[in-house]
Amino acid sequence: MIIESLLTGAVQSGTSVLLTVCGETVTERVGVINLGTEGCMAVGALSAYIVCANTGSPWFAVPVACIMGGLMALIHAYFVISRKANQLATGLTLMFLGLGLTAFFGRNYVSVSVTGFTRVKIPLLSDIPIIGDAIFNQDPITYLSYLICPLLCILIYKTRFGLILRGAGEDENVVFAYGHDPIKMRYIGVIMGGMLSALGGAQLSIAYTHTWIEGMTGSRGVIGVALVCIAAWNPAKAFIGAYIFGAAQALQMMLQQQGLEISSFLLMMIPYVLVLIALFITSIRRRQTMPAELKKVFESVT
Amino acid sequence: MRTTKIKKVIAALLASAAALTTGCSSSTKSGSVGVGFIFVGTKDDYGYNQAAYEASVAVEEHFGDQIRVFRSENIPETSEATRVLEQMIQQGATILFPTSYGHLDPALDAAKDNPDCVFFHQGGLKTSENLGTYFGTIWESFYLAGISAGAATESNKLGFITSFAIPQVMLNINAFTLGAKSVNPDVTTTVIFTGDWSDPALQTDAVNSLADGGIDVIATHQDSTKTIVELCESKGIYVCGCHADASELAPTKWLTAPIWNWSELFIDMTQTALDGKFKGSIYDGKYRGGLKEGVVDIAPYGSAVSEDVRAQIDAVKQQMIDGTFFAFEGEIKDRDGNVRIEAGVRPTVDELETCDWFVEGVIGSTD
Repeated sequence: MIIESLLTGAVQSGTSVLLTVCGETVTERVGVINLGTEGCMAVGALSAYIVCANTGSPWFAVPVACIMGGLMALIHAYFVISRKANQLATGLTLMFLGLGLTAFFGRNYVSVSVTGFTRVKIPLLSDIPIIGDAIFNQDPITYLSYLICPLLCILIYKTRFGLILRGAGEDENVVFAYGHDPIKMRYIGVIMGGMLSALGGAQLSIAYTHTWIEGMTGSRGVIGVALVCIAAWNPAKAFIGAYIFGAAQALQMMLQQQGLEISSFLLMMIPYVLVLIALFITSIRRRQTMPAELKKVFESVT
Repeated sequence: MRTTKIKKVIAALLASAAALTTGCSSSTKSGSVGVGFIFVGTKDDYGYNQAAYEASVAVEEHFGDQIRVFRSENIPETSEATRVLEQMIQQGATILFPTSYGHLDPALDAAKDNPDCVFFHQGGLKTSENLGTYFGTIWESFYLAGISAGAATESNKLGFITSFAIPQVMLNINAFTLGAKSVNPDVTTTVIFTGDWSDPALQTDAVNSLADGGIDVIATHQDSTKTIVELCESKGIYVCGCHADASELAPTKWLTAPIWNWSELFIDMTQTALDGKFKGSIYDGKYRGGLKEGVVDIAPYGSAVSEDVRAQIDAVKQQMIDGTFFAFEGEIKDRDGNVRIEAGVRPTVDELETCDWFVEGVIGSTD
């Protein structure tokens, strides 16, 4: 029972982070870091909520959220790729812009209720002991996230398009020499990242909590950026960090519910401490996975 | 009231951005006396800030052209608040209402530099020459809500979702538990601190976790409660809201909610300051209004509260108004058996609002 609800909690609160990690992975794969994922997430969460409230259709809300998130990321792409602006500064600004814009435009939706997506039980599979309910009794966006991870892997590692995409993040001169436009690839990578982050935001607002309130992304987008390193820029491993984070959040509630008398302030730190530990472990094992062009971002800062 | 993680930084930056672009909004009336209100959140959060905002509207309507009203939302609980207050004073405000708990220190700074202005701060135990604090004894309402919860539960397990283990919150948890125990001595209250006043995902996690633990009534002390109330309805858990009547979100599971009614108090405080009678008035110091003064109340009962229970709660409420009953009158022991309030003693505001212990039956960490 405890394990099962922990797993369910891990998937439920981890999905929004997972999608953000996937998105940021694509972005960083083309050599761009977008610290504004939190802003893209917030924009996705709100736009999905608005569409859902006005049309009643969550399926219509999903593409709209992705487009809006993509537009947010486009701002980032324009500034850092075409204008060569500082990536860290632009990303942070984008985060505040997204949070500010959504707080403003979302005011009238704080008290609006939506039905959105509900959990859909998949017959047979959801009866698998222990993991069945956690994995196969979830909302449609979560099911979508199960597909997105492997699809991204195939796209990045198995297709010619993916090769060029990765190339733009490793050495733009090589991509250029092969007759492709690294600028174009970077735009695509950054915009895809924004769209996926926004999908994560939509999962929070219309599938998981059925609520819109300003700041509801609660730093999940920021933590997503950190988790990309844990996944070693590999979408196949994105779920590790994301679900650890989700599980830690569920665990924190569960320990309190079980009556464990540890300071709540300490319990609230569990997710972040776990992420730090994971970062430490991965930093020992992997040093060469960071896209080369991405390293330049930090070298240019120092 | 909301202070978490990086949100604080974000809020600060957003607010400075907002202050740069819009300044504080002011009505265009040309009255002589300026009255300024600052809020930590937005005016329509259906909770804590909205209650204060509505009262600021009541003040504006009551005094009409006599006053000029300034309002600023999303003001963080930092020196940014001092800056906004100073800005309002420069524009002619002499009566200031900083309405969030954490605005106290910034407001004290502003009060020190502006001895001619009068400050009414919402909550807190620090005052100065020209700054008084006011608050509602919302724990009275939590006690009444507790009665409805104690009567509704079948598992005898109640849940309480809130943000941080701070005195005001702990006092409300104690009151809620005492109320529930007054009709059902076997109940326990399991507390979950989420570390946030309104994060809907954490609220969802908390409700799910409490539901797993067999809890069948959930009360909350959060700024925004919509997520919790809706989720409780769908999970078949009775729910006590907070700050606002959200019964429409839980038509079958709604019990009641502690609510604020600041309007009359705000009007009276403004009048006192306008008359130049702040010094020595009841508001010069620590003013606390409760059920008797109409500052706090409970929301209309849901259909899940039976006629008998309603009558019972109404009777206790009347006794509280008459002063014949005081929920924290001793002897009250904490859950370790230490006597915290001596027999027959009614604690002072300071004693109550520094509460750092739980009564018996509360499950949760005090630090």
